Amino acid sequence: MVTFVIRRLLYLIPVLIATSLIIFTFVTVSGDPLTQVRVIPNLSQETVENIIEQNHLDRPLLVQYGYWVKEAVTDKFGTTLLGDEPIWPDLKRVLGNTLQLIVLAQILGVAFAIGVGVLSAVKQYSVFDYASTTLSFIGFSTPVFWFALILQIIFTNIYLNYDVRIFYTAQLSSPNPDNFWIDRLQHLALPVITLTVLSVAQFSRYMRASMLEVINSDYVRTARAKGLHERGVIMRHAFRNALIPLVTVVALDFGALFGGAFATETVFALDGMGLYFLRALGERDVYPLMAWLMVASLMVVLFNLIADIIYGWLDPRIRYD
Amino acid sequence: MTEATPRRPGERSEEQQQNPLVESDRATVKEATPASLATPAEPAELAAVYEQGLQIEARSQWQLARRRFFRHKLAMASIVVLALIFGAAIFAEQITQFDYAEQDFEHSSIGPTFTHGHYFGTDQIGRDYFTRVVYGIRTSARVAFLVAFLSTLIGTMVGAVSGYFGGWVDNLLMRLTDLVLTLPVLAVLLVASALLGQGSPYRVAIILALVFWTSLARIVRGTFLSLREKEYVEAAKAIGAKDFRIMFRHMLPNALGPIVVNATLVVAIAILVEAVLSFLGFGVQPPTPALGTLIAKGQGLVAQWWLVTFPGLTIVLICLCINFIGDGLRDALDPTQRRTSA
Repeated sequence: MVTFVIRRLLYLIPVLIATSLIIFTFVTVSGDPLTQVRVIPNLSQETVENIIEQNHLDRPLLVQYGYWVKEAVTDKFGTTLLGDEPIWPDLKRVLGNTLQLIVLAQILGVAFAIGVGVLSAVKQYSVFDYASTTLSFIGFSTPVFWFALILQIIFTNIYLNYDVRIFYTAQLSSPNPDNFWIDRLQHLALPVITLTVLSVAQFSRYMRASMLEVINSDYVRTARAKGLHERGVIMRHAFRNALIPLVTVVALDFGALFGGAFATETVFALDGMGLYFLRALGERDVYPLMAWLMVASLMVVLFNLIADIIYGWLDPRIRYD
Repeated sequence: MTEATPRRPGERSEEQQQNPLVESDRATVKEATPASLATPAEPAELAAVYEQGLQIEARSQWQLARRRFFRHKLAMASIVVLALIFGAAIFAEQITQFDYAEQDFEHSSIGPTFTHGHYFGTDQIGRDYFTRVVYGIRTSARVAFLVAFLSTLIGTMVGAVSGYFGGWVDNLLMRLTDLVLTLPVLAVLLVASALLGQGSPYRVAIILALVFWTSLARIVRGTFLSLREKEYVEAAKAIGAKDFRIMFRHMLPNALGPIVVNATLVVAIAILVEAVLSFLGFGVQPPTPALGTLIAKGQGLVAQWWLVTFPGLTIVLICLCINFIGDGLRDALDPTQRRTSA
């Protein structure tokens, strides 16, 4: 087990090096980070050259990459390319915000998906089964950002026309809230609903499929044959084993969401990882982009690892060697 | 609705139990008596059989698949709807009354109405949104089909080479695939579009294809790994067929099922991802109307809800149809499936 974790973490190293090199090259080649500096009037050529020299922008790509690695390792990703704003405090803040969003959404999503999946498997070909299947097909086919916008339109219109504030439709908190957490939940509600609905659509299909497979297996028949009541068969025997495939899907999705909630965060102007990335990309500022990428990739790999560990816990037949 | 339910082996047998009259369509014997089947037919006898109007109609794997697909009601309905939508996009000039850039200041920001022919309403400068959506479908569909074609091509090539040759080639290609799979997809797409996209639909399509081939590569590799051990491959090798002939003449047709299904589903995913990219401002750029950019235009305009609603509903409808078709194809191309009626 320990060796397995260590091996997986070691595998992370080449992945991170490769991704960082690819992205560094991409971003560096993609545009001049000094575009916004150059348009400042009365800026002498000397100053520009000074900036270039200070930030090693005149050096070959690999050397620039080397400077980045040095700063990242010794100084918590260092500062933004231009200016001296430290990256880590900002990144830590947006990571925390995104974490609040996706933890809530995933917990709700998994809870609902398990309920829907189990029910539609147990009552296969029932009206409920068809309805949930159709709805999840629609869920697959819906663009996240569009769904978010529709929610935003509905709730903003409710507020504007009836003066009822149910949920806030932008930002993370009000200027002076009475109760910080209630206010925060009112702000997070719509983004969370957006992500939840879409993950329920996805996860419930997996849950249904794996539940069906388990229900038709021999040991479930045995459980019924020995006279166990249906509830016990489903909950004790079928349910636990049906969870195994879902764990992988959820963990993978969880990791991916760190770098994938762009659309939701943009629509609701949520100060999270997605907006941070887009801002840095707009400024062609390679250092924060790299820092973001390292954190996001780390999360993906970390959650893959967690998936594997839970997998082994749920299914003792799996051995790590 | 039955068609929408992904079928698993367990379910199938259950269904057959419920319905003992499941038609066996491997070979349908028309008006044939068992006796005429049991005896090996001599040429003369065969002729006699034909004269009596008895014949055995054999069907190839593809004919079977086609029959199964045509009986998949939801998939057929989806094809009809999709044909209508894409047909409208192809004949956009003939169908729409306006030009997509035409500004009608007298009717700016009006909601969906039949009186002026603005079925989906107009934006702030009076451009007809129905027209823009129809042209948007054209752009988005172009991107999506190009992505599906290119990613299928790359994925099949990589998967086939990897699965057939094995060894270090396989190792190298699969590590590359793993690498692409570990990347935060949307972030990479955003960076790549910012660098190479320049708002052109074709460039965006190529960028998407360069990320989307991985899942297919894995599927094809898996299929090729098992096909490699088949006798007909050995036979082809024995008569001295070249590697690439074996791969693409003999093995590929047997791996076509999952490839076709995957290509179909990629079209839907590509439409969704292209819409996100365009919405965030890194995909197709104005003035070319794409469904994502049309939605982005309506962002923040909560009073003009139609600007967001209609392009989005169009995306949902297109993707829903494609997903249903993919589901139908999956059922139809599954060679273990013998039923024709769904």
